Amino acid sequence: MSKDVILRVDNLRTYFNTDDGVVKAVDGVSYDLRKGETLGLVGESGSGKSVTNLSVMQLISSPGKIMSGTAELDGVDILKYSDEQMRKIRGNRISMIFQDPMTSLNPFLRISTQMVETIMLHKKLDKKAALARSIEMLDLVGIPNPSARVNDYPHQFSGGMRQRVMIAMALSCDPEILIADEPTSALDVTIQAQILELIQELNQRLGTAVMMITHDLGVVAGMCDRVCVMYAGKMVEKGTNTEIFKDPKHPYTQGLINSVPRLDRPSKERLFSIKGQPPNVIDLPECCPFYPRCEKAMDICKSKYPPVTAFGEEREVRCWLYEEGK
Amino acid sequence: MAEKNVLLEVKNLQMHFPIYGGIIKKQVGSIYAVDGVSFKLYEGETLGLVGESGCGKSTTARAIAQLHTPTGGEVIFQGKNIAGKKGHELLKARMDMQMIFQDPYASLNPRMTSGSIIAEPMNIYRQRRMLDLSRGEITERVEQLMEKVGLSRYFRNRYPHEFSGGQRQRIGVARALALNPRLILADEPVSALDVSIQSQILNLLNDLQKEFGLTYLFIAHDLAVIEHISDRVAVMYLGKIVEIAESKELYKHPLHPYTEALLSAVPIPDPEVEKNRKRIILTGDVPSPDRRRPGCSFYDRCPKKMDKCKNAIPILKSPDSGEHQVACFLHNNE
Repeated sequence: MSKDVILRVDNLRTYFNTDDGVVKAVDGVSYDLRKGETLGLVGESGSGKSVTNLSVMQLISSPGKIMSGTAELDGVDILKYSDEQMRKIRGNRISMIFQDPMTSLNPFLRISTQMVETIMLHKKLDKKAALARSIEMLDLVGIPNPSARVNDYPHQFSGGMRQRVMIAMALSCDPEILIADEPTSALDVTIQAQILELIQELNQRLGTAVMMITHDLGVVAGMCDRVCVMYAGKMVEKGTNTEIFKDPKHPYTQGLINSVPRLDRPSKERLFSIKGQPPNVIDLPECCPFYPRCEKAMDICKSKYPPVTAFGEEREVRCWLYEEGK
Repeated sequence: MAEKNVLLEVKNLQMHFPIYGGIIKKQVGSIYAVDGVSFKLYEGETLGLVGESGCGKSTTARAIAQLHTPTGGEVIFQGKNIAGKKGHELLKARMDMQMIFQDPYASLNPRMTSGSIIAEPMNIYRQRRMLDLSRGEITERVEQLMEKVGLSRYFRNRYPHEFSGGQRQRIGVARALALNPRLILADEPVSALDVSIQSQILNLLNDLQKEFGLTYLFIAHDLAVIEHISDRVAVMYLGKIVEIAESKELYKHPLHPYTEALLSAVPIPDPEVEKNRKRIILTGDVPSPDRRRPGCSFYDRCPKKMDKCKNAIPILKSPDSGEHQVACFLHNNE
């Protein structure tokens, strides 16, 4: 089972104390990320996929608080790290890229300044060497004429190019893990295809493990080795990419896959749709959060949260349907 | 085919926005957002308008609804040209033409209750004595509409912030239906919604179309959504329609290289299919529409470009005088 796991997150809970009650944004999430793989984290807005990763990076600010859990990077729990220690991890061993590249770059600073800063801090290089490294990275991500463009400001790049710059910056210190938080959601389809291809190519070439957070099932299908599905702060299903799409077990995953119109299977029939709205995660009762929307809901779903049912090595699902008879 | 009624005809629609610059702020250029768009919309059908950001699809819808006064061309709605019309005449024409907007957070007034939002179009026409309904009848109709779109009538006094994104979009749909329109311009109505909510709204729009015989101009950037909802699809690039055809035909046999690339770039939620697909990856970005090109607007990114494309503009035309029209020299000689 332990095939070169580099990041193991176990029972992570991140709660936000608000005036309206406790928001259990992440509630008992566990997963492991293996060397060189691409792991997909799927869920709708508010399901806690971003907060999960921000927690691992310790980027949760008040009123949010990590209540419990561990995140072991190469066997060492980084949730116990101090700010000082975390700074050596962020951007160095674990890097992140975000949805909107414009808001994650500083508009006042040249690309060179922003890139050199990171590289000098983590790689102990002098300015000249760091600049050379920046240019090399920009070249790697396919920015034409990198030695000139490195001196440009973020606004001089287009959306797709900015995301390339972000990727170059994130990979400049050879991180072991790249967390990509909806990296293509703000981009057009043709640009999205370019960026996904780039991430895939770099993943294979550099062996960086990629954590792909997205709401787009198509992106997951094309990119990931394994997939985790989240709903209302909880991990409802895990499995390999083929298993999840071929044989989704959790009613939520089934609904999600069936409700997307597909280009390869044109049909004018009614789309399947999951009834109701995603739940408000404030003061959720201890039942299955999907219960009110579930077509296969049973009495037990109302009163107790289902345990993990394992199918083989890779497959896990949290649903009472599969606990029956056990 | 022949008996189909043309509800809306757009002829050579142009929407150019001026760019001002210099010390005295004189006009130094134009953004050619929509540059010569023509199409017909038949009664009861759904025409999908698809393209990447900045290609002019929203501007086209807004220019049709006269939210922008077009700088050129004609918008013939129910037999009358409404381009550039103002006041009473425009109000009258727009009674049968309503819009649904993309962002259900920005398109509803946060200080109005859902009931008054839905009633507003009726009140506007009532005040101008163009609609003969009493206050009580309006309230009754609001409640009917709310139930029609799947909201409880008891939500009438709630404010937009009390609804979720999907419910808000339902309010937007109810508002668009209030005046019993014949044409609905839906500008990315599901783009801001989550997958599970998106399918609910798409089904709702489909049901309403069947029930009221509505005609949709449906704008989206998601090709799978467009394919699902549309009878015909028009693909836009840089302010022009590059290809228009029946939905099935377009997705099976795309002719324009841009349509081909666009279709191949859409990720499909099935790992098996994804593995064996060939993607056409376009180089570069969508260029800015701030100048007119002497040739085909797709020339810079086209994988199949020829010498001819650089200096001559291809015309939207069918290669075999059928319904499938394309603006590309690979298929037409004009």
